Amino acid sequence: MRLDDLSARTAKLRARFEHLGSTVTSQIWRLGFASRFLLYMMLHSGTAFRRFRLTIAQVYFAGVLSLIIILVSGLFVGMVLALQGYDTLQRYGSSEALGVLVALSLVRELGPVVAGLLFASRAGSAITAEIGLMKATEQLSAMEMMAVDPIARVVAPRFWGGVISMPLLAALFSAMGIFGGYLVGVQLIGVDAGAFWSQMQAAVDWNKDILNGVIKSVVFGAAVSWIAVFEGYDAPPTAEGVSRATTRTVVTSSLAILALDFILTALMFTGGN
Amino acid sequence: MNRSTIDLWVGIFVAAGFAGLLFLALKVGNLASFSTDPTYQVQARFANIGGLKVRAPVKSAGVVVGRVGDVRFDNESFEAIVSMNLSAAYQFPRDTTAKILTSGLLGEQYVGLEAGGDGMMLKSGDRLRLTQSAVVLENLISQFLFKSAAEDKGAKK
Repeated sequence: MRLDDLSARTAKLRARFEHLGSTVTSQIWRLGFASRFLLYMMLHSGTAFRRFRLTIAQVYFAGVLSLIIILVSGLFVGMVLALQGYDTLQRYGSSEALGVLVALSLVRELGPVVAGLLFASRAGSAITAEIGLMKATEQLSAMEMMAVDPIARVVAPRFWGGVISMPLLAALFSAMGIFGGYLVGVQLIGVDAGAFWSQMQAAVDWNKDILNGVIKSVVFGAAVSWIAVFEGYDAPPTAEGVSRATTRTVVTSSLAILALDFILTALMFTGGN
Repeated sequence: MNRSTIDLWVGIFVAAGFAGLLFLALKVGNLASFSTDPTYQVQARFANIGGLKVRAPVKSAGVVVGRVGDVRFDNESFEAIVSMNLSAAYQFPRDTTAKILTSGLLGEQYVGLEAGGDGMMLKSGDRLRLTQSAVVLENLISQFLFKSAAEDKGAKK
């Protein structure tokens, strides 16, 4: 009786360990497949640049159609930054530094990160859903039948469209945010306009701040686009599979953006001054 | 949506993106003032530079005439050596004095130059002889305290 109980328990424990093991193995298998997929896509990107119209159509899809949400969010983020920043800065009698605060936080961090998160949910999910549905309706297999490589024809242009769009969107987000900060800080609250701009210009450096922000946004764009096209390509060809893949794209790429941001910030901004 | 309309919108998008970047470069950062106009380098030794940083402005009469290029510590004299890149458009006499000043009470520190009366002008690689160190708040406060204590004693006598 007791022996039976014991053997049932060990069987349960064993099943649990096996489940854990298979989950870890399948995740590592997916990571390996995703890396091989990225390499294959890089090597077969020739079509995306030779027939550049394919990529331009994806820039329209990922970039132009994301403009509204990026611009409006940037404006509001900048306006909130100015309100909150002014509240704290005026306690120390240094409200002229408002421009510095708004510009540095947008250019260094918020611009690339928030634009990247919005890009992941607006464009990344759409790319995954589109490629996943193409796979589910066997359009990708049909292309292979016609000796057209679906990775070169469908996947690579979407990847490069995302990589091209993302830095432009982040730059627009930052510019719009600084304009929003100017609206609230100078026009509404009444910080001196000259001090706002001149202190900003004295503190923001082209190489250290703006260029590093651009590098960040390129890295985020590549990460989000890679995750989006891979999840779409790897999605199980069912309605449920595509919907899960879309969710995974948003979750994984948001986490990837935040983790990469930490690493890049540690590399870029903590060097000795 | 046909092709040409897409091209138009993508063109507008890319142009707007670069305009945003240009705005960040020129209006937010000051890439324009980083122009490549020729500079000459002069050095000055300070007993204490306070919080002076590389790229801090060098001002004369309130006008920015250059930037701090390098801050080093001299192992022999135990002083700080500050190298300043001055714009070639501005010439200073050789007996110019350099002070480390603070803009406002809590503002950033900069180097202030005060022209002397020498007929010879500074050349690249010259060293400014007359310098005045940064004011360290702790030293000021302790001086003030000792002085007021001494005055109290004097008043009691």
